Amino acid sequence: MTAQQRKILAVIGIVIFFALPELGLGTYWIGVLNQVGIYAVLALSLNIILGHAGMFHMGHAAFFAVGAYATAILNTHYGVPIFATMPVAGFAAGLFALAVAAPIIHLRGDYLLMVTIGIVEIVRIALINDIFGLTGGANGIVGIQRPVLFGLRLTRPWQFFYLIWGFVAVSMFLFRWLEHSRFGRALKFIREDVVAAEGMGINTARCKLSAFVIGAVWAGFTGTIFATQMRTISPGSFSYWESVVLFMIVILGGRGSQRGVLVGSFLVIGLPELFRGLQSGRMLIFGAALVVMMIFRPQGLFPAPRRHYNLPEPYRDRYL
Amino acid sequence: MEIFIQQLTNGLAVGGIYALIALGYTMVYGVLKLINFAHGDLFALGAYLGFTLLVSFGMGGAIGTGPALLVIAVMVMGMSALVGYLLERVAYRPLRKSDRLSAVVSALGASIFFQNAIMLIWGAQYHAYPAGIIPNITIQIAGQSVPLIRIFVLVCSVVVMLVLYLFINRTRMGMAIRASAIDQGAAKLMGIDVRRVISIVFMIGPALGGLAGVMVGIYYGQINFNMGQMYGLKAFTAAIIGGIGNIPGAMLGGLLLGLVEAFGAAYISLAWRDAITFAVLILILVVRPTGLLRERVAEKL
Repeated sequence: MTAQQRKILAVIGIVIFFALPELGLGTYWIGVLNQVGIYAVLALSLNIILGHAGMFHMGHAAFFAVGAYATAILNTHYGVPIFATMPVAGFAAGLFALAVAAPIIHLRGDYLLMVTIGIVEIVRIALINDIFGLTGGANGIVGIQRPVLFGLRLTRPWQFFYLIWGFVAVSMFLFRWLEHSRFGRALKFIREDVVAAEGMGINTARCKLSAFVIGAVWAGFTGTIFATQMRTISPGSFSYWESVVLFMIVILGGRGSQRGVLVGSFLVIGLPELFRGLQSGRMLIFGAALVVMMIFRPQGLFPAPRRHYNLPEPYRDRYL
Repeated sequence: MEIFIQQLTNGLAVGGIYALIALGYTMVYGVLKLINFAHGDLFALGAYLGFTLLVSFGMGGAIGTGPALLVIAVMVMGMSALVGYLLERVAYRPLRKSDRLSAVVSALGASIFFQNAIMLIWGAQYHAYPAGIIPNITIQIAGQSVPLIRIFVLVCSVVVMLVLYLFINRTRMGMAIRASAIDQGAAKLMGIDVRRVISIVFMIGPALGGLAGVMVGIYYGQINFNMGQMYGLKAFTAAIIGGIGNIPGAMLGGLLLGLVEAFGAAYISLAWRDAITFAVLILILVVRPTGLLRERVAEKL
């Protein structure tokens, strides 16, 4: 199959995917796809931190929670329209990430992992304890409004399908651009060799922190969509396990690969829906899969392809 | 004064349990430079194995409560050690030569596996440990009545730690473990079978963790399938406080953390107790990553 044919197939696939609600897919399955979509965006944003910058971050649910609660509080207490809360949610999550990540950014991989688990737990405990009297304690916040887009109030699952997957598409486009930017290349360099990156004049601490903040802002945006889709949020939705699931999606799918992360989301969130009997045992299987994967295929199912540069003829042999 | 004495004894008892779990983290870290994420779940497994044994055999009977408890503790330690050994063989040994982070992910996978295996086998609900294993009486300390069970738990953990300390410092195997922790290559050249040392460490750690699991069951009276995650994180904090890789450090860190938690819950806020612990973890890693006694964990930038 040539590259051309593959491109055409991909386009056809995408068109069919976006036509699924029109083709009579049931409400239940649209709901499943919506869930996959939410996790996909979260995993894509985690991918910047974990995949590109190579930082073992397992507290992504904390940033997601900050965004979702920002939207819920603004909407239910102050009546701010949903889409107007979105920038605030992203900003709040980014600011939170900046505050908590700055002191720990220099920690070695496994220690960073432990600390980020600690952060996600602290956030959850803070939410349960009704911090600032705004989060509603263990019951969470109810009665979040539906979003209004161009005068149309989104209520049906298929409407959310387009909202969520449209957001996935936009995210993928922006993240691809980010990946190939100067900043994205710097992150990859840091992942491969921090010392060499530092030696080439990259401000590694700042790049790592930026990656954290960008990932967090996006998780905050996703929090807005999640809050308005669910209409009710509670601390239980942002537990350690959500972070584990996201971490698993990125690792199993392929660190640093958008395709991999997307496949990972379908695999971890969507696949167990196909086999309902497996539902309770799915984490057992995925846990074992992580071990097996690290032994036989540490780069993940669909690792990012090496980027090819079209150099002019005389340089080709010398540099590739 | 009353609150103080109560929280002091409570903190020391809980701290002793943390210390036992923290020893598993620290010993594995010492020889492998790996954080064994599944350690907390092996601890939970120990608690459930103890539960099953206690329920199926009952207490006392022909040999009396004390010996029966001892037999059960030894059985749990043996089974936990076996699981730890298998874990190392299956999930960690094949990754000895690959990069650190692969091993970390593998450890994480093992942790998820164990936690869900426990849930599928024993169910997601809380299980109550048989009551009255330790007689529900109090004894007088400094004019305050302190439950016997607290003293029992503290004495148990101190005795086990003392035995471990002697094993590490007075036996050939202990010397081999210390040598492998300092420099694996040199230890190999001196004829130490490092692979065997690693296996032994992966048996001692989970054995202590399993024992701690039984102690938690007896002390609090109930266990839950995801208790390993919380206790694991706390014991890791204890290991970090003492300086990970350092055996006396883990003991000290465990007791200190127990006290911090008990007094934090009493004088600051019970609802924020766990958050206080994690704040301590973050604070220590930021301010003094070497812990109180050793081992540097932050990269220099």
